[in-house]
Amino acid sequence: MMRLVAWGTLVLGCLYFLLPLLGMTEFSLKMRRGEYSLDAYRVVFADPRFWETFGYSLALSAATIVVGVVLVVPTAYWVRLRLPQARPFVEFVTLLPLVIPAIVIVFGYIRLYNTSSFLPLTGSAFGTDILLTMGYATLALPYMYRSVDTGLRTIDVGVLTEAAQSLGAGWFTILARIILPNVMVAVLSGAFLTLAIVMGEFTMAALLNRPAFGPYMQLLGANRAYEPPALAVIAFAITWGCMGLMQLVTRFAKHERAKA
Amino acid sequence: MADDRPAQGPRFRWPVEWLGILPFAVFAVLFLILPTMKIVVGAFQTPEGGFTFQNIIELNTDSIRSAYWTSIKLSFVTALLGCAVGFAMAAAVVFGGLPKGIRSPLLTFSGVASNFAGVPLAFAFIATLGPVGLVTVWLRTEFGINLRAMGFNLLSFWGLVITYLFFQIPLMILIITPALDGLKREWREAAAVLGATGVQYWRMVALPILFPSILGTFALLFANAFGAVATAFALTGPQLNIVPIKLFAQIRGDVLGNPNLGYALAFGMIVITAAANFLYIWLRVRSERWLK
Repeated sequence: MMRLVAWGTLVLGCLYFLLPLLGMTEFSLKMRRGEYSLDAYRVVFADPRFWETFGYSLALSAATIVVGVVLVVPTAYWVRLRLPQARPFVEFVTLLPLVIPAIVIVFGYIRLYNTSSFLPLTGSAFGTDILLTMGYATLALPYMYRSVDTGLRTIDVGVLTEAAQSLGAGWFTILARIILPNVMVAVLSGAFLTLAIVMGEFTMAALLNRPAFGPYMQLLGANRAYEPPALAVIAFAITWGCMGLMQLVTRFAKHERAKA
Repeated sequence: MADDRPAQGPRFRWPVEWLGILPFAVFAVLFLILPTMKIVVGAFQTPEGGFTFQNIIELNTDSIRSAYWTSIKLSFVTALLGCAVGFAMAAAVVFGGLPKGIRSPLLTFSGVASNFAGVPLAFAFIATLGPVGLVTVWLRTEFGINLRAMGFNLLSFWGLVITYLFFQIPLMILIITPALDGLKREWREAAAVLGATGVQYWRMVALPILFPSILGTFALLFANAFGAVATAFALTGPQLNIVPIKLFAQIRGDVLGNPNLGYALAFGMIVITAAANFLYIWLRVRSERWLK
């Protein structure tokens, strides 16, 4: 009886999740009348705007990941090593992006960093790119921080630091060559999650007027019929790829540790 | 005099350790705290910079009030349904005696689906439940059920609810599964030894223990839905009357005709999501007292 209810719940739930995926895939194949074809994908891939916005978002993801790692790894390390009393404060700040909606944060950016302000970032395209990168780093902060902090918990930060110091290592060497390799798995899973978030993000890029992949998808959705579901399939594949890679590195690391 | 004091004892030291988190603090202040403060302060300012409550008072117009109300209802309903369905699915996998092989794919899929929000999600649902979507057409041709004639519209409140659940349910599954794993078998056995039925065990043992996690996830799902812009925007365009869409239009083109009213609108969003989270923290402190 119990098992029957469990199966029923699961099957109904899975049906709800599979139908939209099926729906978008089927719809994306229907561009040619009367038969299934990959025409919608051909049209999407032939659009130079697709590649421009895709490349732009990819570049921003890379920048966001670099900013996130440079910001989070030393901070989480330092809090564990020397500043446990700062933990509540740092954790509170890293959770704020889950409480303050992204649209409010970007609204603040637009008003704070306009051309007549102390830091006129929105005045130039490059400045806006920097602002957008920082915005994405903010959105990814809760995930990146928690991932790295969990990774640091599994190693003995104090002993590693003292060992490195007695061999003459400076702070940069300790961070780059001792701590970072040890939390690489955590950093990579944070990085793949960041990639998944940034590639599909719409609000910040649209309001800062940058040619990212999210606003491009929205624009196409407002004007076309068959290309949007094709884009949805592509976006789903990207998200799936990021999560798959995340699982892969975690499993790989468990394997390594088991061997050691 | 200070010099007369014996030198032993903890002397004052500059807190140099705190310099280690200076880059993080600078980042947080510049890109998180200051922008938020700008909104909060702006909500209480006249266009000339003087202090006023006028913006907050002006929020109390029909159109803005109904936008907040719709947003709160939408967030509440999707968070509630997301929690309920997510809990049922997680419980089915953890306690339902299903094959072990189901668990890991379900969690992986939940990770993917909870991140598959925004514009593409809207496309997926238009292709499924839209006027010529897969399910709509299938129901009409195979069963003669016309969803549209029955009053269903994807671009409505309940259409949004169905769409939002696609990322709400998986988030609940991801967070609650570890909590369900934490329920010890001994507790159930102890309850059974004392004569508790299954329902009694859930009502008096398991649910009180899970209460903080469920509530915490509820608050998270609420904030998640409340701040979501992209899905609703791609689904319905700029005309839907919910707060994030209204704010989006206001930032783009000052549709309210008063920049400081825009600040007040955003300030209201912060107040509501913050209230949801503080409610969670307060209830958690209370329930943990009972757990001791």
